[in-house]
Amino acid sequence: MPQTLFEKIWSQHVIVDKGNEALLYIDRNLVHEGAFHAFGALAKEGRKVRKPRQSLATADHYVPTVGCDKGLANVIDADAREMIRLFEENGANNGIRCFGMNDPQQGIVHVIGPETGFTQPGITLTCGDSHTSTHGALGAYAFGIGASQLKQVLATQCLWQKKPKTLRITVDGKLGAGVTGKDVILAIIAKIGTAGGTGHVIEYAGTVFRTMSMEGRLTVCNMSIEAGARAGMIAPDDTTYQYLAGREYAPKGAQWDAALGMWRALPTDAGATFDREVTLDGGAIEPTLTWGTTPEEALPVSAVIPDPASFADANKCAHAESALRYMGLKPGTRLTDIEIDRVFIGTCTNGRIDDLRAAAAVLKGRKVTVQGWVSPGSTQVKRDAEAEGLHRVFEEAGLEWRASGCSGCAAMNGDSVPAGLRSASTSNRNFEGRQGKGARTHLMSPAMAAAAAITGRVTDVRTLA
Amino acid sequence: MKPFIQLTAVAAPFDMANIDTDKIIPARFLRKLRTIEKGYDPWMFYDMRFDADGNEKPDFILNQTPWRNTGIIVAAENFGCGSSREGAVYAMLDWGIRAVIAPSFGDIHYANEIQNGMLPAILAEEHCAVLRAQLKATPGASLSIDLETQTITGPDGKVYRFEIESVFKERLLKGLDDVGLVLQELPAIEAFEKRHFAIMPWLA
Repeated sequence: MPQTLFEKIWSQHVIVDKGNEALLYIDRNLVHEGAFHAFGALAKEGRKVRKPRQSLATADHYVPTVGCDKGLANVIDADAREMIRLFEENGANNGIRCFGMNDPQQGIVHVIGPETGFTQPGITLTCGDSHTSTHGALGAYAFGIGASQLKQVLATQCLWQKKPKTLRITVDGKLGAGVTGKDVILAIIAKIGTAGGTGHVIEYAGTVFRTMSMEGRLTVCNMSIEAGARAGMIAPDDTTYQYLAGREYAPKGAQWDAALGMWRALPTDAGATFDREVTLDGGAIEPTLTWGTTPEEALPVSAVIPDPASFADANKCAHAESALRYMGLKPGTRLTDIEIDRVFIGTCTNGRIDDLRAAAAVLKGRKVTVQGWVSPGSTQVKRDAEAEGLHRVFEEAGLEWRASGCSGCAAMNGDSVPAGLRSASTSNRNFEGRQGKGARTHLMSPAMAAAAAITGRVTDVRTLA
Repeated sequence: MKPFIQLTAVAAPFDMANIDTDKIIPARFLRKLRTIEKGYDPWMFYDMRFDADGNEKPDFILNQTPWRNTGIIVAAENFGCGSSREGAVYAMLDWGIRAVIAPSFGDIHYANEIQNGMLPAILAEEHCAVLRAQLKATPGASLSIDLETQTITGPDGKVYRFEIESVFKERLLKGLDDVGLVLQELPAIEAFEKRHFAIMPWLA
């Protein structure tokens, strides 16, 4: 019987199938500072990490992006310092390889997974973070879990799971100039809603994804969770294999050849069926940004803020009213008339080298009119960007070039946007208070954020010649 | 884990859809250690509960006298979407909320509730809307939940049947710990690993 990419990986990892749930083997697990609850519970229960080599840890949520080169003792925020210290201690005590704050391989957990080749096609991968969906861009089944399930993965390398449903989102056609993976995923979420993927694994199919860079695919899969999906996946192909070849954890020599043979059998078979199908026309997608406080409240840059009364659904109408109050916006305003106070470029969504290149291409030779900062997705991305001179482009334009971490996306390390100020952000969530209490977030692509930095308002990057 | 069998408690209506886990507990509190003496309850719905000076916002439902002992939330679509933070569950549990009734939940948050012995009861939006309206009309009214029969009894005595997967129901009723359930299968796990890593040794 023809199978989908997801079904192939699922069936290869089921140890016990009870019909209504299955014991699923987890090949690889990623850890960050937030795992302290899980490690604490393990210690309390007297349990050990069963397969330390199948986990990899990195400090990202609490690391400062300024002054971290001075070492842990000089992290000013005492709570954050303790979180990072505890993280490094938990990694060491449990035999888990750990990229601490000053490790040359430190980075955001969803950037270093693919970057080190720890993430591979066909594997199951978990992490105590909702954006674990990112790793599906390489053709893995990767999903976020909470602290209790993280404890289970560490203790057993398995999880009892109910099999999710499948949703295929096909985007055919050719993306226009200035339209990126970020715009595609925002357009998808605007169409299906923040609960549109709940209970489902999304497979992204169609020419738009086949021709998309690995970085673009990672951005798309990253935000699958913003559509409520358990995971997002893209079938592996030559783009994936070229990206992986030679990376630290990638198989080498004869093992690479063996792996390639297995990976090439992973894509969804012709005739396989999905529980749901959605299609979009890639050629019709414009640069897209959010105007509200949930990622589904997104529109093309040419649009105007909608009147909440225009929503047929009463809950959506109420949400839009509340969102506009929080955002300080009025119906009928053109998106391009929204003034911006801060710009933030980086994150597990858009902190990879291609993202930084796209922002730098817009900023080159120009000056920004608002404050902002760029935080590369990993220390390796930082080195790569510096080797290309991108840091100078950002600094000469007037943006700060900082170290790698989650920074202003989760605002847990102190990098936040002051209350009432409006941010053009390449991150993934525009929830109330996400970038700091009272902060107003507009999600957009790196190129669009760079354009907003130059003009001080939301700007269609295609109009900046 | 404490079993969940029956619960009769004051229920609070939350009309807004998409209550994300950042709302249930803002990220800045996730660095707090959780102990038996110091739970996560002070941070629950913090920015909805308190103003910038730390004073209670009188318009927030859980700050109003009839709802100060709330044990059940009746919510709208997509409750607990967003971040995987289990702190959202710790905050509600430590404050005294042991069940959420909603038409749908964020997947990760749903699993987190189950893992902590908290009940995520799925009930159609039309019924949730009726319950929310009744709870608003009679502030401080209670609901009764019976997990075995999967029923909710409304303030007017009307009985609704809610949905829950049988495997999760069993875990809640018995207070079962997932690690124990997994380790029962250890021989099968070890046999699987032997086969799996013989084919893909680079993953071991």
